[in-house]
Amino acid sequence: MPQVSFKFHGGLKLPAHKDISSGASIRPVLVTAGQRLVIPLSQSAGAPARAIVAAGDHVRKGQKIGAADGRISAAVHASTSGRVLAVEERRMPHPSGLSGLAVEIEADGEDLWIDHAPVDYRGLSLEDACLALQEAGVVGMGGAVFPSHAKVPQRHAVTTLIVNGAECEPYITCDDRLMRERAGEIVAGVRILRDLLKAETVLIGIEDNKPEAIAAMRVAVAETGEGEIACRVVSVPALYPAGSMKQLIRVLTGHEIPVGKLPTELGVQCFNVATAYSVARVFLRGEPVVRRIVTLTGGVAMPGNWEVPIGMPVDQLLALAQPVDALSGVVMGGPMMGFEVPALDVPVVKASNCLIARVPGTFPERMPEMPCIRCGACARACPQDLQPFELYWWSRARQFERAERYRIASCIECGCCAYVCPAHIPLVQYFRFAKGEIRTRDQERKMAETARERFEFKQFREMREKAEKAERLARAAAAQAQKAAVADVSGGAPENEADTRKAVIAAALERARKQARNAGSRQE
Amino acid sequence: MHTVSSPYLHKPASIAGVMREVCLALLPGIFVYTAFVGAALFAQIAIASVTALAAEALFLKTRGNPVRPFLTDGSALVTAWLIALAFPPLSPWWLTVTGVLLAIVIAKHLYGGLGQNPFNPAMVAFAGCIVAFPALMAQWPAQGIAAPFGEQMRIILCLSPRMDALAGATPLSVIKASGAGDLYTDVREILVRQNLYGTFAGKGWEWVASAYLLGGLYLLYRRVITWHVPVAFLFGMAFVSLLFWRHDPMHYADPVFQLFSGGSMLGAFFIATDPVTGCTTPRGKLIFGCGAGVLAYLIRVFGAFPDGIGFAVLIMNLWAPMLDRFAQPPTFGERGGRV
Ligand code: SF4
Ligand code: SF4
Repeated sequence: MPQVSFKFHGGLKLPAHKDISSGASIRPVLVTAGQRLVIPLSQSAGAPARAIVAAGDHVRKGQKIGAADGRISAAVHASTSGRVLAVEERRMPHPSGLSGLAVEIEADGEDLWIDHAPVDYRGLSLEDACLALQEAGVVGMGGAVFPSHAKVPQRHAVTTLIVNGAECEPYITCDDRLMRERAGEIVAGVRILRDLLKAETVLIGIEDNKPEAIAAMRVAVAETGEGEIACRVVSVPALYPAGSMKQLIRVLTGHEIPVGKLPTELGVQCFNVATAYSVARVFLRGEPVVRRIVTLTGGVAMPGNWEVPIGMPVDQLLALAQPVDALSGVVMGGPMMGFEVPALDVPVVKASNCLIARVPGTFPERMPEMPCIRCGACARACPQDLQPFELYWWSRARQFERAERYRIASCIECGCCAYVCPAHIPLVQYFRFAKGEIRTRDQERKMAETARERFEFKQFREMREKAEKAERLARAAAAQAQKAAVADVSGGAPENEADTRKAVIAAALERARKQARNAGSRQE
Repeated sequence: MHTVSSPYLHKPASIAGVMREVCLALLPGIFVYTAFVGAALFAQIAIASVTALAAEALFLKTRGNPVRPFLTDGSALVTAWLIALAFPPLSPWWLTVTGVLLAIVIAKHLYGGLGQNPFNPAMVAFAGCIVAFPALMAQWPAQGIAAPFGEQMRIILCLSPRMDALAGATPLSVIKASGAGDLYTDVREILVRQNLYGTFAGKGWEWVASAYLLGGLYLLYRRVITWHVPVAFLFGMAFVSLLFWRHDPMHYADPVFQLFSGGSMLGAFFIATDPVTGCTTPRGKLIFGCGAGVLAYLIRVFGAFPDGIGFAVLIMNLWAPMLDRFAQPPTFGERGGRV
């Protein structure tokens, strides 16, 4: 049995809370006639898609409604058939509570697919295969939603493909169920990704608290005839955040991705199991990403895992799980890195892996914040080997440069530090604030820089134009003088007069040259 | 209160919990020490605790801090207990009170309160009092004649004249006073002759120190402290004492004696490990601990004071922030490649 021999610093053994929902098999959520789905156009970590439908249009399930805008962007599709009610700003499932453009569809209840058919990726060039992924809206389904096609490197060779089935956050069980129930399709997707990347080794990492998933994946791998060497399912010790990309790569390969480098530079690339599953659906069935598995858990009577059409409002979905009344909020994502939805009607998106209905007692009460006693517990827990108390200190003092020197940029906001802090300092909150400030500052700097460049370019252009004009004038003057001189000569003017003309021409040329030179030197 | 942003889960840990563990770990030492010097120690702990809590409450209020969470964080109590354990057990009550006020008011609150003080408050109290009242701070009870509790209390409350018996000698002070041995008698002989040598170190003190060691191991086991500071401290002290002892066993006591005398164990596990005033990075902790151990030995043996722990820790406190800055461990992705 493959064993793991590498570790990362810190990490936490967390109460899993997974048995609340891990026993429930995946059930499809049906869309009824008249139901309204709100499908955000920004569902990838890249640029939002461009709307290509308008209010009044009829769409079918799987029909593209948003086109990818640039390379780091992915298409968006209708997740049911119906009529487009509006393309407008809606509140997004994002901690900021900001709104973004979304397509609202009123379902006709038919759930009619567009025509679609499997595509043999082996018949496609790498570019076309990537394009197919982008057109099908495939993004990282583990929550990062980075467009998957953009993770197939153009320059570096990938030798090792890591498939992330760790699912290390408490409560979440969607990947667990997916692996137990649809391992075959996941492994089919893994094969496709391996072929696209031309990877030699595939390591599928799953935390050892999911023995059924590990067993199912092993069976699926064995069935496809992939030898144990080419594709291994590795049981990873359950230690949060083992599912974080950098930590998982470290655990599985021993490689530590250097600060500021991409995994591909070390010949490694990482995809989530649900992403691999989406890839399989794209090529083997011709289906774009129109739904995802979502765990409904927390203060609900019927916890479970549902296959949900993208765009389904959170409250309508949660109703299926029958929340015990008096919800004090809903957390999207896990309890360590998730966020409370700003309103209950925000839609489920490709990033939404879990909804935790929050009732009194679901999570511990927040304790009063005390001063930091420098106990170092946070540093011992940090999987990125940071000194969170230093980051906290400098963030709080608004000394962001110092925070950067302590590598605040490396913080993955996993929350391990805040979890253990005996002073109950909401450390991650401080880090998010500091990172936001640093981002704003950098943007402002960049804007000032571009503004300066633009201004300088304008100045340069004006100078150049002036110089050119001066040159033109001087040339005209010189030509005129010459003409006059020639006329005079032909008129049989005395010698000395011709000399005077020559001197005038020379003086005019000299003047013009000087002017041009001055303009030139000012440009510099 | 509702936690507004992730993580929503929190370990049931608190500063009060940490301090509770420290107090718990001090209990074996306190009991053995009491058996050795008498129940007066309990009285000193009580006086120190009440003074500390009162001063803490007063200052929290005047500084406009919420009194409840800070008063119950237990940090003042730990300071009070360390002062009671570091001061001579029959000190007059006002000396203990002065020490505690020095610690809580000057060393802690004038620097901004919990977490802000650069110097270990208990050791500021110790150093302040030993400088101001050197005679009183050197009055240790004579060996083996723990007076009855009533008599001890009268001494503490200054109702009885301070007996001659109080000018007792500790093994450390004997070595120092005698200028160590002559050419023919080594330090151990001197102690044995004065009936001050026990099984492997100073009589009585060796067991108090062992009890502190036990409490320290408990703190390690409970992960309240890490091994770095105590191990480095004991190593530093053992190493220099070994050097001197090997060089001249007539004049210098052996390492085991040094480690189990005076405040060595208390210092290694309970004082130098104070997170607020010490180092936090692993390498910083090693240097901090080692430095404190070496300095404690040098001050104890060559300095003007009976023991060197207090000054050693204060000197290292001064350097702690700088040590931490230079001892930053590499972060994830800075070690490069496959590790
Ligand atoms: S865990 Fe909390 S109290 Fe301890 S050093 Fe970190 S921030 Fe400070
Ligand atoms: S949130 Fe950041 S600082 Fe805190 S443990 Fe995670 S990576 Fe380290």
